[in-house]
Amino acid sequence: MFERFHKYASPKYFYDLATLLIPYFFVISWVVLLTGIGWGLAFSPPDYQQGESVRIIYVHVPSAILSMSAYMFMAVSVFIAMVWRIKIAYMVARSCAPIGAVFTLIALVTGSLWGKPMWGAWWVWDARLTSELILFFIYLGIIALQQAIEDKDLGDRMSGIMVLVGVVNIPIIHYSVIWWNTLHQKATISKMGQPSIDSSMLWPLLLMILAHYLFFATYILMQTRNEVLNREKRKGWVKEVIV
Amino acid sequence: MSNQLSSVLWIYFKRDLIMAFRRRSEIFNPVFFFILTVSIFPLGIGPSPEILQRVAPGVIWVSALFATLLSLERLFRSDFEDGAIEQLLLSKHPTSLLVLAKVVAHWLITGVPLLLMIPVMAILFQLSTETLIGMLVSLAIGTPILSLIGSIGVALTVGLNRGGILLSLLVLPLYTPVLIFGSGLIDAATSHLDYTGLAALMAAMLLLSLTLVPFATASSLRMSVN
Repeated sequence: MFERFHKYASPKYFYDLATLLIPYFFVISWVVLLTGIGWGLAFSPPDYQQGESVRIIYVHVPSAILSMSAYMFMAVSVFIAMVWRIKIAYMVARSCAPIGAVFTLIALVTGSLWGKPMWGAWWVWDARLTSELILFFIYLGIIALQQAIEDKDLGDRMSGIMVLVGVVNIPIIHYSVIWWNTLHQKATISKMGQPSIDSSMLWPLLLMILAHYLFFATYILMQTRNEVLNREKRKGWVKEVIV
Repeated sequence: MSNQLSSVLWIYFKRDLIMAFRRRSEIFNPVFFFILTVSIFPLGIGPSPEILQRVAPGVIWVSALFATLLSLERLFRSDFEDGAIEQLLLSKHPTSLLVLAKVVAHWLITGVPLLLMIPVMAILFQLSTETLIGMLVSLAIGTPILSLIGSIGVALTVGLNRGGILLSLLVLPLYTPVLIFGSGLIDAATSHLDYTGLAALMAAMLLLSLTLVPFATASSLRMSVN
């Protein structure tokens, strides 16, 4: 069974699989993204208190969710790579850091744009905002460490330790609105039972979250495929594929 | 066997202390740095006692954080350069425990002198006795966490030529929870609130890092060497 597992985890197999999957993921994520954004921006109702500015939710919430999901995905990849010594998992993990950092930045910037009209301030030092900012710094630290080490395999393993250490921040972000009494509102869609958001806003929001996940998957496939080509450039199969 | 391990740990621990005492400036420089940064704040903020008492917990914590950060490199740097780290890794005893002995020695050399300076800082900032006690409690629990977490950062960057700034980029985000709870504890002490909960939380962080960090540091060191 493990032999088969390792065959699927070989860079060549991944390259072929990614090449096959990327067009589908690309098209589907664009379709879902455009539907979600059209529904959210044009057809969903404005909020009775917040008016039109509530529409930031359709970008802010998905990117904040993805900032954490991308980190957990990266951490799980590193864990798999360390335990089973699978090189491709390290390449996947390396692709996660930049896009995770970008999602975190988008969440911070859109949150700030939303905070100005609603709370009256661009930024408040509230637990959730602060922990999300720290997540951004952790992402930057990981990227800096990856860049600083010339030997890519070594860089993967060393930044992997940093990735696993940084996991402690994820539950802090997730539960910050529950543990501390913060200005940031509590979770509205992941609540057990009835979500405290109307279905006319819930559906486009869920669609946008799905779109972000699909976009993330597409990006990871493309970026990891690049990484595979780059690392295996001296292997025979790469020459056959490229030329 | 276990007897032998404990004597090896003791040797590593004693060796680091002796090395530090042979070069006393290594002990005093971080303390001077700490005093200097703390006393620069009143010059920038202004000498009014109300404001100083208000910002004192944060100022002292941030200064302790930077003082620790600057002293972290010597945890492994010179040993890495003269090959002592290879000897440590080749030892038949678990690397994580040997690393822990070095980290404890590092805390005694850098963390404890900072603690001893806290009463002097309390005089400079005209702090009340309650605040002083809270400050001692929070730094006594907090500074070992700083040494422990920092050891991962040093182990990761010790093999790089320009590891210094990278070290701060890696370690500072991980220090923030300690900073938040540490200065929160002092604030609670200042306003005569019960701070045992916060102290217990920090102690839990200390125990967690005490049990997990040595493994991360040991495996990072092994990667840095090869």
